Amino acid sequence: MPERITPTDVAKVARLARLELTPAQLERAAGQLDGMLAHFADMDALDLSDVQPMTQPYPLQNVFRDDVVVEGLDRDEVLAAAPVAEDHRFRVPPIVGLD
Amino acid sequence: MSSHAELPRTAVGIAAAVRAGEVRAVDVLEAHLAEIDRREHQVHAFNLVVAEQARQAAARVDAEVAAGRDPGPLAGVPVALKDNMCTRGVPTTCSSKILEGWKPPYDATVVAKLAAAGAVAVGKTNLDEFAMGSSTENSAFGPTRNPHDLGRVPGGSSGGSAAAVAAGFAAVSLGSDTGGSIRQPAALCGVVGVKPTYGYVSRYGLIAFASSLDQIGPFSHDVRDAALLLDVIGGHDPMDSTSIPLAHPSLVDVLDRGVEGLRVGRIVDLPEGADPDVQERLEAAFDALRAAGAAIVDVEVPAFGYALTAYYLIAPAEASSNLARFDGVRFGMRVDAADTNAMYMATRSAGFGEEVQRRIMLGTYALSAGYYDACYGRALKVRRLIHDDFERAYRHADVLLTPASPSVAFPFGAKGDNPLAMYLCDLYTIPTNLAGHPAMSVPFGTGADGLPVGVQVLAGTLGEVAMFRAGAALERAMDAARGVSA
Repeated sequence: MPERITPTDVAKVARLARLELTPAQLERAAGQLDGMLAHFADMDALDLSDVQPMTQPYPLQNVFRDDVVVEGLDRDEVLAAAPVAEDHRFRVPPIVGLD
Repeated sequence: MSSHAELPRTAVGIAAAVRAGEVRAVDVLEAHLAEIDRREHQVHAFNLVVAEQARQAAARVDAEVAAGRDPGPLAGVPVALKDNMCTRGVPTTCSSKILEGWKPPYDATVVAKLAAAGAVAVGKTNLDEFAMGSSTENSAFGPTRNPHDLGRVPGGSSGGSAAAVAAGFAAVSLGSDTGGSIRQPAALCGVVGVKPTYGYVSRYGLIAFASSLDQIGPFSHDVRDAALLLDVIGGHDPMDSTSIPLAHPSLVDVLDRGVEGLRVGRIVDLPEGADPDVQERLEAAFDALRAAGAAIVDVEVPAFGYALTAYYLIAPAEASSNLARFDGVRFGMRVDAADTNAMYMATRSAGFGEEVQRRIMLGTYALSAGYYDACYGRALKVRRLIHDDFERAYRHADVLLTPASPSVAFPFGAKGDNPLAMYLCDLYTIPTNLAGHPAMSVPFGTGADGLPVGVQVLAGTLGEVAMFRAGAALERAMDAARGVSA
């Protein structure tokens, strides 16, 4: 398990996760995450060199269906559930061009 | 109109009476709505009660019966749905502000199957936000209270669904279980709760928390109702690519088989942590199954104790990815900002509660460059160890018994500010999810302060038949001890 986690580490993680934390929240989260990671260090005692990772419980691979057209969701119903829609599309603020 | 006490209490009893034309579905519904009127303001099991829609559904069931048609195996059965299952046109919130006001454009497969079987959905139940928690205290809409003691938690994250059945607001309900979120609240509320084998029940329309661990299952008053519900909602679904493409045997049909010759395993290296009152009930459960003809055998699951670590790296990692979709674009709320990135950050920070943000950050950390191998990568290997240990144990035993929860229901705020203290509530339930196995909590008497205790029955992949045989035997033993005839 890695070394201690600091508020600076948390700030980086929060940015990656698109979350905005106040300095007080960063401090608090760092303490809590640090406590958890200290507990999780129990697995450092295990020899895992010959163990294959397990990503899913039931071994299914390449699940295909027949290539036939099926009814999709109703476009207007989907857009009606969005915060802002316009001209049958999701409307978002500018992505580029602002500095 | 019949009162609540005069009507059948179980789904099996209600459906039989409604199908036979002895009782009207609308009367069953009104009796349950009356209970909701009487006690919901204290319990807060629901985020939303859909009384008018339920009345229409119940009337349709009665019309079917009147026309000589069979409405199905759950005819007129009032059912409550955890509010992380999509219901077309009906708000689905995950008890999060970020989804407030969102109406799904489709039904989850389980919702459609229940309706097709004649069940009547009465409402959407409260949960820990995005199913992250063990007490239902972490809901954006306030906590649910345990119907047995309003000063205590109902468990979580499916606390609303457990409480709804315990309080008589619905005959049965559905929850989801990622690390114990059905079995632990079932234990704390004194009802039956089942997490099936991963892939037994379709997850289509279940808002994902940790996709490789999530599974939907029933809450009920008795084991037979849980079996009936699973018979209805189980089975392959082309809309869920992780759904097991096999036909499942009827579980209702195996309940009376008994446990003669069944091998019941005691995990000799089970991590300590259960309170003495819970431990005492577990011993009584072994005694009851032995008396019913089962053989008790010792097994080892050495990696059991590492499950908490593996789970709290894997589940948050998957959650951090799944919850990336809540960004203010397609669903629910948005906090406006000058550009898209700022809008994402403002929306997510305002919309997600503290525990959800904490888990997203933990998961993002476990997946981030430099920490991936040491955190997520190692956790996946520990998951394999746990799975393989269980598989070895199931060569010697058909089912295993453990506590479902280390303690009876605890008071609000008891776990304080320490997330790890809350995480330890799932000590005995988490390994099952990592292995992908089925497990159920069966009420087995009371512990401290007269509060319910649940015993957990675990089985290997698709071991539902053995699990339900053992669960039914435990229930018969309890009924016999209480002088209730079967």
